[in-house]
Amino acid sequence: MDTLILVIIGLVAGPVLGGLIAGLDRRVTAWFQSRQGPPITQAFYDVAKLFGKEKMVVNQWQILCSWVYVIAAATSLALFFAQSDLLLIFFVQAVGAVFMVMGAMAAKSPYSQVGAQRELLQVLAYEPVLILVFVGFYLVTGSFSVSAVWQVDQPLLAKMPLMYLALGYALTIKLRKSPFDFSTSHHGHQELVKGVLTEYSGPYLGLIEVAHWYETVLVLGLCALFWTTNVAWMIVLIGCTYLLEILVDNTMARMTWRWMLKRVWLLGIGLSVVNLIWLYAG
Amino acid sequence: MFGSFIKKSRAKSPWIMHFDCGSCNGCDIEVLACLTPLYDVERFGIINVGNPKHADVLLVTGTVNHRNKKVLKNIYDQMPEPKAVIAIGACGLTGGVFREAYNVVGGVDKVIPVDVYVPGCPAKPEAIIDGVVAGLAKFAQKVEEAG
Repeated sequence: MDTLILVIIGLVAGPVLGGLIAGLDRRVTAWFQSRQGPPITQAFYDVAKLFGKEKMVVNQWQILCSWVYVIAAATSLALFFAQSDLLLIFFVQAVGAVFMVMGAMAAKSPYSQVGAQRELLQVLAYEPVLILVFVGFYLVTGSFSVSAVWQVDQPLLAKMPLMYLALGYALTIKLRKSPFDFSTSHHGHQELVKGVLTEYSGPYLGLIEVAHWYETVLVLGLCALFWTTNVAWMIVLIGCTYLLEILVDNTMARMTWRWMLKRVWLLGIGLSVVNLIWLYAG
Repeated sequence: MFGSFIKKSRAKSPWIMHFDCGSCNGCDIEVLACLTPLYDVERFGIINVGNPKHADVLLVTGTVNHRNKKVLKNIYDQMPEPKAVIAIGACGLTGGVFREAYNVVGGVDKVIPVDVYVPGCPAKPEAIIDGVVAGLAKFAQKVEEAG
């Protein structure tokens, strides 16, 4: 019964928190650029408007792919709230991410195609880091379960600081922030129009946006697991991490996928492996 | 309830697509000026998207000629309903000083239906923002009529 309530909280909290975070993000970015910026609830208006638009698809696959993406993202967050197995959460999330790419590949547009290839490279970059972070959780708690993380008596950040830095890379990629926003971006124009999202439109783009909110909350939830002993400090940790993400987004240029693979694989995986050796030896 | 929220959201989240039909760039610079911190149209939820499939409002500057009228029509057709078109500047309205030229078709309304006309040479950013707001009122009305 408790699990069911947690699942429902997860399903509701995903879009609500994700949308508010997206709105806050635009507000803070506007503040950095000495603008006023849109209202905090802007992300909800955008998605509601998209749901009211005409249904235009290039290919029937896009309908299936956007639904699978949103369902997988919602399921992975629900599993996370239900304190399920981290590996299961990871695989469900990966299925969604890959379906989103498949939908983009179903259209012949070169923008969509190149965007999809770049998105695949991004998935390739962050997924090993996530897996290594989960292995780190296992070495500390002796289990892949989220509930085991809640039973530790000191914050995991003390034992896995390098892992947290590596997770920062995954977070930046997943939030589509500069320097890793080359498959698609929240901001203005880019060389690929809208990259992987170019051919999604109307309600299906709305679904993808909702799925993106679920994933944002999931990745921030993973960050939260690094300080489970005190809720106040957990909120401070997530808040600081997200502010840092916005700062990085506003101060960095967009880089290439080669740069990303080098950085994330060498530094991200390197930091994780060093941390794993430390956990294993200590 | 959700239906009324969608209706309300349409006016609060107009994504614009800007197409330069053959303008001298005067109006284009003024359109882009709307996005700067001074005018900051993002506070109304307006985003400049480069993709007709994501756009709600099409801003067209410059005269239409025989070469680019197909491109203009194509971009218009790719935008999902409900949508609005705003013609900007003397050239976009009627062809301006170029209206007599042999290669010029005339204003934007010769090719696609225009909802709002923003005059000026070039049009002021304030006038363009007013035009977008008027365009939103128009497409809210169109949606009402369509039911």
